[in-house]
Amino acid sequence: MPSNASANDAILVADDIVVRFETPEGPITAVDNVSLMVRPGEFLSVIGPSGCGKSTLFNVIGGLLAEHQGVVTVAGETISGPHKSIGMVFQEESTFPWRTVTDNVGFPLELVGMPKAQRIDRARHFIKMVGLDGFENRYPGELSGGMRQRVSLARTLASEPKILLMDEPFAALDEQTRLLLGDKVLQIQQQLKQTTLLITHNITEAVQMSDRILVMTYRPGKVKRIVDINLPRPRTSEIVGSEAFGRYVAQIWSDLREEASRGMQDEEKHALEHHGAAS
Amino acid sequence: MSPALVGVGALLVALLIVELLIQLNFISRFIVPPPSEIVGSFGRVIVEEHVFSRFLLTLGECLTAGVMLTVFGIAGGVLMHRFRLLQQACETWVAAMAAAPLVLAYPLFMVIFGRNAWTIIMMGFFAALPPVILKTIEGMANTRKVLVNVGRSFNLTPTQQFWKIMFPAALPTIFVGVRLGLIFALINIVGVEFLINYGGLGQLINDLAERYDLAGTYAAICFVILVSVLFFMTLEKAERWLRPID
Repeated sequence: MPSNASANDAILVADDIVVRFETPEGPITAVDNVSLMVRPGEFLSVIGPSGCGKSTLFNVIGGLLAEHQGVVTVAGETISGPHKSIGMVFQEESTFPWRTVTDNVGFPLELVGMPKAQRIDRARHFIKMVGLDGFENRYPGELSGGMRQRVSLARTLASEPKILLMDEPFAALDEQTRLLLGDKVLQIQQQLKQTTLLITHNITEAVQMSDRILVMTYRPGKVKRIVDINLPRPRTSEIVGSEAFGRYVAQIWSDLREEASRGMQDEEKHALEHHGAAS
Repeated sequence: MSPALVGVGALLVALLIVELLIQLNFISRFIVPPPSEIVGSFGRVIVEEHVFSRFLLTLGECLTAGVMLTVFGIAGGVLMHRFRLLQQACETWVAAMAAAPLVLAYPLFMVIFGRNAWTIIMMGFFAALPPVILKTIEGMANTRKVLVNVGRSFNLTPTQQFWKIMFPAALPTIFVGVRLGLIFALINIVGVEFLINYGGLGQLINDLAERYDLAGTYAAICFVILVSVLFFMTLEKAERWLRPID
């Protein structure tokens, strides 16, 4: 368990999570005894190389993956599936192409039976929050990738979750857009005091936004280290030029480098084995 | 220049070329009548052959078969996607049915439904059912997993998951199936009208062909094309209404 947050004041606790998958090459442990806690209003990032089980952990915490060991609790309540207190933003583009921006954002409000006029008002509030006012009646197909991810974010925020769970939401975007969207997320997080758990493999993104960063090892995914980010808030992307920022990036990269190298060697080994078997 | 204008222009140029080839005896006018003769025969076919009532009969048969194949085809596809065993047991049969020359079974349909419009409608319906079922299954199966996960993350019930995510996500593929189905239905309906000599545009084509009225036959075929065009325009409007932009 991380020492700098106690189970009592945490809103989200994942305790001893273990996930194993059966593969043609035999069982693989994707996540191995991972425990984490998130305090109300905190921004925690989980970072690790590709194949460390980050997205598997995202699915477990989001309640989308039932086959696992260990327990996830939200405000003391053990969850056994998707929980109304957790709002998820996915890595892949996940807007509904058949709905306008307003209808996409109003989707969770429609599910709770909110009257249409009120729903549109509420949806517009969140559309404005993510900076998409003026695009209310557009369809996702008419928007850029970054704008669509903002629609997904606004849709999740509209459900007013206690915990915002994001899985590499900006992975498909270019670096500049990613930094600017990071600003937007930070601004919203500070405005709403939104508890946020971000899964990412991008060190800059993690340091820019987080209060703490949990570094994971390459397969099996374990907690390698938890780093407190003591950078002043409110933050913007301008902070990436500061000396302190650079030190955090270097520190996390030194942890990740070893894991990423192991991952790369593992992939090369697999490729060689496959190639050998094929020839 | 608008695409519709270019389309009409291209058609006129093609007809002009055919007209020239016939007038210059490169194509026999006893096999293909000159387009000018076909246009000239429209008035005669409309007045003397009661083309309007025949057109309405064929259109009505197509519409009935179209509604039936949309309702039963989509429902069948959804059921087969929902129950894996049913899909594994029946999908190959449905695919085989799509390739079968079902029109040859018209005597059986006549025994079952009698010599009336229902034989024609049911033949059109059965022949057109497989593409709708298969495309519905494909559309449901290809719904992006992330959209399903969005639904799960919002705790949607299975019914909500279907109506709010799976079905709208599958609609473009389902429409491809319905379009294919309507083509199959129209071909079979006109074909069976032709074969059983019951009525509609198919029977008119048969009558005119037997009288060796080639220009009239081609004019009647133009009305079949008109039925097809009307259906596709309506379908396109319906699709745009349901899925304004992808």
